[in-house]
Amino acid sequence: MSIDVPERAPETGQARGHRLRAWLLKVFLRVGVLPFLLVIAVVVFSVLSDQFLTAQNLINLIRQSVYLILVSMGQMLALATGGFDLSVGTIVALTSVVSASVMSTMGADGGSAAWAVLLGCGAGLAAGSTVGLVNGLGIALGSVSPFIMTLGVQSIGLGVALALTGGVPVSGIPSAFGDLFGFGTLLGMPIPVIVTAVIVVAMYVLMTRTATGTHLLAVGGNAKAAALSGISTRRTLLLAYVLCSLLAAVSGLLLTARVNSGEANLGGTIALESIAACVIAGVSLRGGIARVESVVLGAIFIGLVQNGMNLTNVGSYMQMVVLGMLLILAVVADSLRHQLISQGR
Amino acid sequence: MVGGRRPPIAQAGMPLLRTHGLSKQYPGVLALDRVDFDLRRGEVHVLFGENGAGKSTLISLLAGVSSPTEGSIELNGNVVRLRSVREARQKGISAVFQELSLVPTLSVAENLFLGEEPRRGRLLDRAAMARGAERVLAELQFDIDSRRTVARLSRAEQQMVEIAKGLRAQASVLILDEPTASLTDKETLRLFELVRRLRAQGVGIIYISHRMQEIDEIADRITVLRDGRKIDTVSANGMSHDRLIEMMTGRAVEQIYPHIQARPGETVLQVDRLSTASGVRQASITVRRGEVVGLAGLVGSGKSELLRAVYGLERITSGRVTFLGQDTTGASPARLLRRGFFYLPPDRKGEGLVLGFSSNDNIALPILQSRLRGRFGLLNNDERERATRDASARVELTPQNAGKAVGLLSGGNQQKVLFAKGLTEAAALYVFDEPTVGVDVGTRSALYRLLRDLCEQGAAVVLISSDLPEVLHLSHRAYVMCAGQIGGELQGKAITEAALLSLFFQRSPEAAA
Repeated sequence: MSIDVPERAPETGQARGHRLRAWLLKVFLRVGVLPFLLVIAVVVFSVLSDQFLTAQNLINLIRQSVYLILVSMGQMLALATGGFDLSVGTIVALTSVVSASVMSTMGADGGSAAWAVLLGCGAGLAAGSTVGLVNGLGIALGSVSPFIMTLGVQSIGLGVALALTGGVPVSGIPSAFGDLFGFGTLLGMPIPVIVTAVIVVAMYVLMTRTATGTHLLAVGGNAKAAALSGISTRRTLLLAYVLCSLLAAVSGLLLTARVNSGEANLGGTIALESIAACVIAGVSLRGGIARVESVVLGAIFIGLVQNGMNLTNVGSYMQMVVLGMLLILAVVADSLRHQLISQGR
Repeated sequence: MVGGRRPPIAQAGMPLLRTHGLSKQYPGVLALDRVDFDLRRGEVHVLFGENGAGKSTLISLLAGVSSPTEGSIELNGNVVRLRSVREARQKGISAVFQELSLVPTLSVAENLFLGEEPRRGRLLDRAAMARGAERVLAELQFDIDSRRTVARLSRAEQQMVEIAKGLRAQASVLILDEPTASLTDKETLRLFELVRRLRAQGVGIIYISHRMQEIDEIADRITVLRDGRKIDTVSANGMSHDRLIEMMTGRAVEQIYPHIQARPGETVLQVDRLSTASGVRQASITVRRGEVVGLAGLVGSGKSELLRAVYGLERITSGRVTFLGQDTTGASPARLLRRGFFYLPPDRKGEGLVLGFSSNDNIALPILQSRLRGRFGLLNNDERERATRDASARVELTPQNAGKAVGLLSGGNQQKVLFAKGLTEAAALYVFDEPTVGVDVGTRSALYRLLRDLCEQGAAVVLISSDLPEVLHLSHRAYVMCAGQIGGELQGKAITEAALLSLFFQRSPEAAA
């Protein structure tokens, strides 16, 4: 660390502290607040609980985090264009209810389980992406602010999901569905983790290696400049919300498989959690900045905090308090970072 | 697609680009009124006119940003419809906009190829993009790393990227909208070299500039626009500056700028070696009663930041501000306002006015807690009526405009409202930051007369402006800022365009100190 300073060979402790601070500041400006929070959380929880750093718990943690990872990547797309999607929870719920209903109806009619699962998944994805399409049309064509549009759609979708089921969980799903997508493993890896890993790679390629990825960031970074460069901002916005809903819908299917029933109350807190995951991961609320790998890490961090709090017996009410505080802390850190960057550091 | 097109083979006598009766109607404004314009191959054609004269509208129609309400555009003798920027580019018309069309969060290379990314199959070809970007930048001899994020570039560097973006595709028509507004003179020379090279290749160049020196240097023909109409197209050869200004404004030069009597009195504002977080370094200025002090410099030179810091809007890192004999370093705008410091911000929509309020409500805003405070802490409505009526009358704001939401008024009238805010109470110091941006010439001369009255009644006036003629004709003394420092001070007859411009750029570290 001190090799590249030829002027003064023996460093005083004070100078080293100074350098460390400068280095930490650089990391903060580059990547944001996430590395710091991650280190703090890991240290705190491994001190408080000896179960925390076991292999079993870490695998558990990843398995539990996949649902949030998927939704957060969708949320990231909306944030990248300078908006956000408050209706992701509704998409999860609607997907769950619709797919479970189709599966249990088909299964009860004596059809094959494979067909029931296939059609159920298709119906669920279609229902979920319809919500995204409505969001996208309102925001891109109707110029409704993302806040109002997705807030309204969130209420509409949840109402529909509850009306479809009368508020009662939909049971009678073919057990093969849960066995495969809820608890199944392939070569020792949980299937939900594999599905998520594939989607993460696809999203990474989309964001870094295709023109579409650049266009999403450009629309968020400066919509006018994007339009002047011949990019259709409407189509890009529409795409962002449809893709976001598809990712949330996949998450909804995997959750349905896990709980083995269609439930309208799935995903109740996921809008907040996914926004928190993104913001902590350095996704700018002003749009234009988003990295898939950071968002995945951000979602895992949220899962890690919840996992750690469960192990240390923090009640679920207190967990809500912590989550809200983390979100606000992340936004404060983000704006501080933005200020420092714009001062030309 | 990326390569663009070479200019087609010349057809003798036919202009490269021609418009017939081109008009553009915006809600409530006829921005362009039946303009016939033509551009030849291998010429630099300067568009000259005030803000709002229709220059921007004309180039936005030619660049495909918007469509004309009436009239037609001919390219090489064929009528073309330009429905998008992309379509215009494909036809060989490329524009470099003054308002930067860059995405700050993306890299230089990504910005250069935005919307026309090179691909291999369905994936981006990042290597080709990097190569292409390096090639364009090297060709222009712009020393910028194509991997850097645009937000981290200086304003001049961003301007260079914008120019590179416009030149990336081979164009037969190139539109440059005030390209030198934030370039140093070295970079400007390089740009001129390039423009001459393109001209020699037969490219037709439409060039918008306010700087007389540039026009002298580079223009072949000049088209003057005023109020959306074409006044005339003239050869640049032997045109006098005064004649151009008269064509632009429709009045003699002396009519626009009133003569202001200087009677310098006691010092009102003393700034000592002030530095700010935003980049002003060790700047010292003095402003006295009864004089107009001009403050000129490039965008980003710190001329705006200096007075904003004095008014408590920027963080001061060192130095001292004395206002009316009291140390007011770091004082809040509210406190300075109470003591008689009026600051007129450059961005009237962003900072100056509450757009949903009527003009009267806007005018009354600064005095709600002082002059309008009546019994029991309630507002004194009679006093409010009187104050707003007087102020509106002084800026010649007509009563039917006074009740409307300010957002619905024209730029000129909005600026009048902003001025009126400063007239409800007599101030010792008026700081006007870009007071006539986007204001028609009639309003401009009215505002100048007001400025004269304030000064001759004994107030101190600071005029921060990017409009050189304004500084030239109105200031008794002028400071020029450059790279955050005071680059020089001029007085009286020494304030000339050449003298001001020569101080705009840093020559050497010693000269700037």
